[in-house]
Amino acid sequence: MILSVRDLKVSFRTDDGPVRAIDGVSFDLAESEILGVVGESGSGKTVSLLAVMGLITDPNAIIEGSIRYKGRELVGLPARELRRLRGNEIAMIFQDPMTALTPVYTIGWQIAEQIRAHRNISKSKAMERVEELLAEVNFPNPHEAMSRYPHQLSGGMRQRAVIAMALSCNPALLVADEPTTALDVTVQAGILDLVRKLRATHKSAVVFITHDMGVVSELADRVMVMYAGRIVERGSRTELFSDPQHPYTRALLGSIPPLTGAKPRRLPAIPGSPPSLLRLPQGCAFGPRCPVRYEPCLTGKPDLGAATHAAACFRVAQA
Amino acid sequence: MSGEMTDTDRPILETRSLGKRFSIGTRFSAEGRRTVHAVDNVSLTVRRGETVGLVGESGCGKSTLARCLVRLYDISDGQLLFEGDDITSKSLSELRPLRRRLQMVFQDPSASLNPRRRVGDLVAEPLRIHGKLSSREISARVAELFDLVGLQPDHVMRYPHEFSGGQRQRVGIARAIALNPDLVVLDEPVSALDVSVQAQIVNLLADLQEKLNLTYVFIAHDLSVVRQVSTRIAVMYLGSIVEEGPAEEVFASPAHPYSQALISAVPVVETTPGGTRKRIILTGDVPSPLNPPSGCRFHPRCPIAAERCRTERPEVVEYRPGRKVACHFPTISPAILPAHG
Ligand SMILES: Nc1ncnc2c1ncn2[C@@H]1O[C@H](COP(=O)(O)OP(=O)(O)OP(=O)(O)O)[C@@H](O)[C@H]1O
Ligand SMILES: Nc1ncnc2c1ncn2[C@@H]1O[C@H](COP(=O)(O)OP(=O)(O)O)[C@@H](O)[C@H]1O
Ligand code: SF4
Ligand code: SF4
Ligand SMILES: [Mg+2]
Ligand SMILES: [Mg+2]
Repeated sequence: MILSVRDLKVSFRTDDGPVRAIDGVSFDLAESEILGVVGESGSGKTVSLLAVMGLITDPNAIIEGSIRYKGRELVGLPARELRRLRGNEIAMIFQDPMTALTPVYTIGWQIAEQIRAHRNISKSKAMERVEELLAEVNFPNPHEAMSRYPHQLSGGMRQRAVIAMALSCNPALLVADEPTTALDVTVQAGILDLVRKLRATHKSAVVFITHDMGVVSELADRVMVMYAGRIVERGSRTELFSDPQHPYTRALLGSIPPLTGAKPRRLPAIPGSPPSLLRLPQGCAFGPRCPVRYEPCLTGKPDLGAATHAAACFRVAQA
Repeated sequence: MSGEMTDTDRPILETRSLGKRFSIGTRFSAEGRRTVHAVDNVSLTVRRGETVGLVGESGCGKSTLARCLVRLYDISDGQLLFEGDDITSKSLSELRPLRRRLQMVFQDPSASLNPRRRVGDLVAEPLRIHGKLSSREISARVAELFDLVGLQPDHVMRYPHEFSGGQRQRVGIARAIALNPDLVVLDEPVSALDVSVQAQIVNLLADLQEKLNLTYVFIAHDLSVVRQVSTRIAVMYLGSIVEEGPAEEVFASPAHPYSQALISAVPVVETTPGGTRKRIILTGDVPSPLNPPSGCRFHPRCPIAAERCRTERPEVVEYRPGRKVACHFPTISPAILPAHG
């Protein structure tokens, strides 16, 4: 296993009371596996990933549980050690590529610096490598692109430059948080292709966060669906999409309008909206919106269980 | 597809070779003053009761066209007709009676709602400005509007921040329909919403259209949402419409290479493993409208571009009633051609 996360809990002390953003998340990730994490905004996708990367700096945060990277416990590891890991073996891409780029330097310079920070090679060798990397992420004219500043690139080109930077360290683990959400579908298609290529050529394991079920179904080997800080369903892509179990997964899939075939007159919508973590309902957090809620759901919190395809739902457990 | 041919066929809004240019930079900046042709030569007809969906990549001019349609922008070239009446260069006071009938809904509901006003007030605002109603009549109308868009009556006293994104968009919609408009232009009305909430708003818009006999122009970057909502689709590329036709038809058999690439790029949930659709991945990025390519503006990215495409700009051709395309080599699917002809 590249990554083993066990019973991860993250809460924040806020003026309005404690917010439990992540409430007992566990998962494993194997070499060259792509794990898709789907959920609506506020479901805890970003926070769980930031916790894994040791990037939650908020002093009001409380992190519990275990995060093992290649067998080594990361919770409690000194910040310096974590930083070394992040530069050398773990790479990250975010929704806004500018979080990884500086406006004042050319992208060629920035990627070269990244390479030289971790490897002892000459400037000209690093520049050669940058050109290769930019070609690998499909810049039509990589040599010319090296001398461009971020603001001279489109959003899709910037994101590709960040991916080139991520590739430069040959990462064992790539963590991508909604990297295509702000991009056009045409550009997104190219980025998803790159992620697949990265997995194939560099054997990187990938955690890919998105709110788009379509993206997950095209990219991921395994999928985790999150709701209100918990995993509500987990399974292989095939299990999850051809046999969704959790009422939330089903409803979410049902509410996506079809791209082909007959149009339904009305979309099967989920009533209400995702709950505030400050005022989580008693019992199952999906309860107030669930079409099949019954007594047990009002008081108990359903467990996910250990099966490879599992849903945290009393109905499913009972069936 | 309605029986009342006369009503549904009558254009409510029409553009003729409409263009919108912006000047950017100053004469003191490095490049001097330059012109962006954000919308270029658009001829589009919107008929009563239909929903026209505008799709295309970011920056292709959807929002600019939308704003021209309701005269939030002055029009640089061509004409805009409302019920056959040329309103291209009508003054603001001449437009006043029309304002009521043409409304717009924006993407970010919170940006268009004053955070310090109660939502009841916000919905009442257009009624106060345009209507001649007493305050009792206004309250009654606000209550009616709240009911129409699915907000609870006691919500009137709340402030926008006390609402979820979906509820705020309901407020935005209530404001837009307050004056009984004929046409509502919706610019990414569901893009900022969660997937589970998006479907509620899509349904609400469909219900309101039916109840209030509304005509929509609808913009969204999610193509499956646009298909769901629209009767017709116009695909835009770099300021111009490159393809137009009935929504389901265009999605099933796009004629323009750009529409084909765009639609093929939409990720869909595959329930059957291995059932992969053919994907056309475009190389290159959207060119800048500051210096658009010669000939067909899509040629640098088009997988089937030929010599002719580099020099000669294709005209929009209506190759079948209701289906238009601007391409020298369109894919005209034989399966859907009329049986003879
Ligand atoms: N006020 C303005 N001044 C100068 N240029 C503008 C202005 N508004 C828009 N543009 C330019 O016009 C073009 C079309 O912009 P528009 O906002 O209409 O695109 P869009 O299709 O709505 O994109 P998106 O999907 O990102 O909302 C872009 O190149 C944009 O930069
Ligand atoms: N520093 C923080 N303080 C308080 N609450 C936070 C903080 N960071 C995140 N949260 C809360 O944690 C929850 C999960 O957030 P996030 O992981 O960003 O969601 P997602 O990425 O799934 O949209 C949200 O309710 C968010 O408001
Ligand atoms: S546990 Fe109960 S409320 Fe929760 S999803 Fe299952 S049936 Fe619905
Ligand atoms: S005119 Fe030529 S370049 Fe333009 S879309 Fe058609 S085939 Fe492609
Ligand atoms: Mg997030
Ligand atoms: Mg826009």
